[in-house]
Amino acid sequence: MKFIFKFFEPNKIFLITSKAPKYVMALFVIVISIGLLEALIFSPEDYKQSHSVRIMYVHVPAAWISLGIFSSMTFLSLSGYIFKNKNFFLIAKSLAPSGFVFNVIALVTGSIWGKPTWGTWWAWDARITSMLILALFYLMYLVAWRIYEDKDYVLKVTSIITLMGIINVPIIKYSVDWWNTLHQPASINVLSKSSIHSSMLFPLLIMTAAFALFSLLIFLMKYNTELIKIKNKGLDRL
Amino acid sequence: MYGRKVKLRFFFIILFLFSLILSVFLILKSLEENVVYFQSPSDIQLLEEIKYKKIRVGGMVKENSIEVSSEKINFIVTDFKNEISVVYSGVVPNLFAEGKGVVAEGYLKDRSFFEATKILAKHDENYMPPEVNEALKEK
Repeated sequence: MKFIFKFFEPNKIFLITSKAPKYVMALFVIVISIGLLEALIFSPEDYKQSHSVRIMYVHVPAAWISLGIFSSMTFLSLSGYIFKNKNFFLIAKSLAPSGFVFNVIALVTGSIWGKPTWGTWWAWDARITSMLILALFYLMYLVAWRIYEDKDYVLKVTSIITLMGIINVPIIKYSVDWWNTLHQPASINVLSKSSIHSSMLFPLLIMTAAFALFSLLIFLMKYNTELIKIKNKGLDRL
Repeated sequence: MYGRKVKLRFFFIILFLFSLILSVFLILKSLEENVVYFQSPSDIQLLEEIKYKKIRVGGMVKENSIEVSSEKINFIVTDFKNEISVVYSGVVPNLFAEGKGVVAEGYLKDRSFFEATKILAKHDENYMPPEVNEALKEK
């Protein structure tokens, strides 16, 4: 435990996190270039929906990343609450904006895809509604950090928001299996064979990597800001 | 290794999460009728009474069942156990086709006749290039 606390000294972390963004940025540009080329040009069109399948290469990774970030935020907030470590809360706080942005991207691209495919912009089915609820939880989380001046209080409020929101995450995942939904079930299964052709799976995975790198980049920038704020207040420890 | 407070906080989180999951589960269970986006023809057969209320029926469009006339389109929705015939006048989505998923929104006339006011195409989870689809068909 002592080692961990030493590792969490803001000055030492800042040495790493202040240099990292430019490397992450470079890597992100490379990966997104490959991803976009694959997704928009080299990958084949779909047999049924033809070119509108390309929306999926943005929609699915964005949805995955927003779910992943919310889960990490919950894990960090709860660990922070249990072990009384404020650094965990700061990491969670810095992760939130990119998670929210990807959640909105997933909803908007889904809507754009839904119009030509389903014939409607919006449907109140279980998958779409639960995804909207996740966006609302993200929004509550972000707003809560701005509302409360009292630091101890804000940590509790944001932890409770993540704790309540996390219930929604498995609901989003399994909504398409539990209930009749307009949204199709998952195409990619870890255990069984995926129902997406490998020529389409490949750009999807590259785009996921690109979005993950983008989230990492935004996280590092946000986190650096938080560390600078602490330094300026003259606080040596978190 | 960890203090009593840490253990208590951990226990508190577990308890909180458990009660939250339980209450959400019960809420969703009781709202199931509204959580489902559409009902299958088999669900329609099990209805106790037919109300004049907007509902959605979903399933597969039966092969060779689409009949287009000047004013309306007729087709049969099936879940391979029960069937319901649907009448609709208006524009159908591009992906609406025989053997594909469909969700019809409208009013139930009786257990086997549905008057749709809106047709949505349901996409399935299969993604593949046209050549692969051709190859699969040949098999």
